[in-house]
Amino acid sequence: MLTLQLQKERRNAESSSFLLDVSLEFPSGITILFGPSGAGKSTLLDCLAGLLRPDHGRIALNDEVFLDTACGINLPPQDRRFAYVFQSLALFPHMSVQENVSYGLAHLAETERRRRVGEILSAFRVEALAHRRPAEISGGEKQRVALARSLVTRPRVLLLDEPLTGLDAELKASIIDDLRAWNITQEIPILYVTHSREEVDALGERMIAMDHGRVVSAGTPREVLDAPRRKKLAQAAGFENLLSGAVLDLREADGVMRVRLAETACEIDRPGKAGIFDFAVMPTIEVPLGYAAAGDRVRVAIRAGDILLATERPNRLSARNILEGHIASLERRGTLVIARVDCGAVFTVHITPGAVRALELAADMPVWLVLKTHSCHLVD
Amino acid sequence: MDALLLSFKLAACVSAILMIVGMPVAYWLASSQWRGKFLLESLVALPLVLPPTVLGFYALVAMGPHGPLGKLWQAFFGHGLAFTFAGLLIASVAYSFPFAVQPLIASFEAVDRRLLDASAVLGAGKWRTFWRVMLPLSLPGVLTAIVLSFAHTLGEFGVVLMVGGNLQGVTRTVSIDIYDRVQSLEYSQANHMALVLLAISFFVLSVVYFVNRRAWSLWPAK
Repeated sequence: MLTLQLQKERRNAESSSFLLDVSLEFPSGITILFGPSGAGKSTLLDCLAGLLRPDHGRIALNDEVFLDTACGINLPPQDRRFAYVFQSLALFPHMSVQENVSYGLAHLAETERRRRVGEILSAFRVEALAHRRPAEISGGEKQRVALARSLVTRPRVLLLDEPLTGLDAELKASIIDDLRAWNITQEIPILYVTHSREEVDALGERMIAMDHGRVVSAGTPREVLDAPRRKKLAQAAGFENLLSGAVLDLREADGVMRVRLAETACEIDRPGKAGIFDFAVMPTIEVPLGYAAAGDRVRVAIRAGDILLATERPNRLSARNILEGHIASLERRGTLVIARVDCGAVFTVHITPGAVRALELAADMPVWLVLKTHSCHLVD
Repeated sequence: MDALLLSFKLAACVSAILMIVGMPVAYWLASSQWRGKFLLESLVALPLVLPPTVLGFYALVAMGPHGPLGKLWQAFFGHGLAFTFAGLLIASVAYSFPFAVQPLIASFEAVDRRLLDASAVLGAGKWRTFWRVMLPLSLPGVLTAIVLSFAHTLGEFGVVLMVGGNLQGVTRTVSIDIYDRVQSLEYSQANHMALVLLAISFFVLSVVYFVNRRAWSLWPAK
C-alpha cells in the first residue's frame, strides 16, 4: 500500500499559483489518475518520484518512508526505486535500445544484467530492436522500450504519465495486456495518468479524478465517469460552461482539434432576438487534442473566468478562438457580473463590475469572446 | 616557427585547462536556481567586453613581485610569474574563459530536463547522470568550447603583450611575432606567418563546423 499526503504550491508562467493538496492510498494494481491538463497529475507524479519537493507531506510504501517533511526526510529520486515513464518517454537518444534498457541496472553484474535485459526485451517484444537508436524506431516501439526500461529495474512503484498517447486502440490494448501480465508477478502499485476513455476502459479497476490540484472523485471508472456525475464533476470543478459538439478534424502536429459546437448545456432563453441574429452556423472552436476521431461527439468544459470579452474584434492575439456574439443578459452577484453571451452557443462569462462600466456593457451589445485553446478542457 | 609552435602549445594548454575548470562552472551556471547567479554570469562574461589591455594590466599587477598571485607563485616555485609561460597561460585562461563556458552552458541548458530526470529515476546519481547523459548530449557544445577557446588564444595579442612581453620561445606568440616583423619592415616573413595562421584557423574551424553538423544530425535533440 502506497500512502501519501502532499501539499505543493506551484507558480506557473501566468504567476497564478496552483496548490496541489491530496491525500491518497494506492494498493497494488493499476489506479487511473484522470483529469484535465493542469489538474496536478504530473506534479503529483513528480513529487512521488522525488523530482519535485513538496512543501508539506509524507510518502510511504508500507513501513518505508520516502518523504516526511516533518522529520526532514526526503530521499532523492535515485534512492527511491520508483519507476517513472514520462509522457515524452525520455529515451536517451545517444544510446541503443539495449543500452537504454540496461541503464538502470548499473549495480548488477554483467551476466545478470544481460539476462534481465534480454528477458524484458522479449517480454515487450522489442528484442529485434536491441541495437537501434530511439530515433530509428516507431512511436509504439519507443513506448514499449520506455516501459521495458522502467520495469527491468523491478521498481517498487510504477508511475506512468500518459505513456500510450497517440497509439491506435489495438496497439494500446496489447501493451496494456503486457503490462498487466507483468504485474501479476510483481504486484506493485501502478499509477496511470490518462485522459483517454479507451485506456480507462482497458485498464479500469480503480480511478481517481483530479482537478485544480485536488481529488474530485474516486471509485471504479463507471462510478467516476457515468454521465450525470461527469457533468457534476465538471461543474463541481468550476466549469460553468459545459458544451457538447462534434469533432471536425484533428491537427495532430499542432496538438489541437476543431470542435463544432452543437448546443448549449445551460439553456437560457433569448428573448425576442430570434431572426435578428441568425446563427445558422454554430461556432467552431479549437481545443487541445484529445482521444477522439473526426465526427465523435465530445464535451468541452470552460471556466467562466477563463473567457475574455471584447467590444471590438480583437486581432493579433495568441488565443485561437474568437467568437462573435451578443450579450444576452448581465446579472450582478456581489462583486461579480455574470454575463451570458450568445454566440450561437450560449457562454457564461465572469467579469468584474469595473469592466462592465469601462466597456459600457449592456444587453444586446455585440461582443467578441476570446478563448485560449488550453482553457477548453475535454471532459470525456 | 618557434612562435607558431609556442602559440599552439599555449592554445592547447588553455583549451585543456578551460575544459577542466570551465565544465563545473558551466554545469553549475546551467543548473543553479540561485538568485545571485547573474553576478557570476557577469564575471564570466567580463573578458568579452573588457579591452585585452585592461585584463592584461590587472593580470600583470596581480602577477608582479608585489601582486598576490606573484607572491604566491614566488613562495611555491622560487621565481616570479610575470613574463613566463605559466603567467601567460593563467592570463590567457581568464581571457578565453567566456569562449569556453558560454557554449558549454548553452549546450547543457539545451539538454532535455526530462532525460536528466529519467536518469535519476533509474537510479543514477548526479555524477553518473553528468557523464552518461549530460556530457554525451552536449558534445557539440564541448567541441565548440574547445575550438573557440583554442582559436581565441591563438589570435590573442593585447594580453600577451601586457603579461608575456616578447621573449623568444617563452612568450613570443605568433601574433606578437607578426607585429614585430611588420614593425621591422620584414613584410615577406610576416606574410608567411600570417598566411600559415590563416590557413590553420580556417581548417580547424571547418572541421568543427563539419563535425558539429554531423553530431546534431546523429543525435537529434528529441
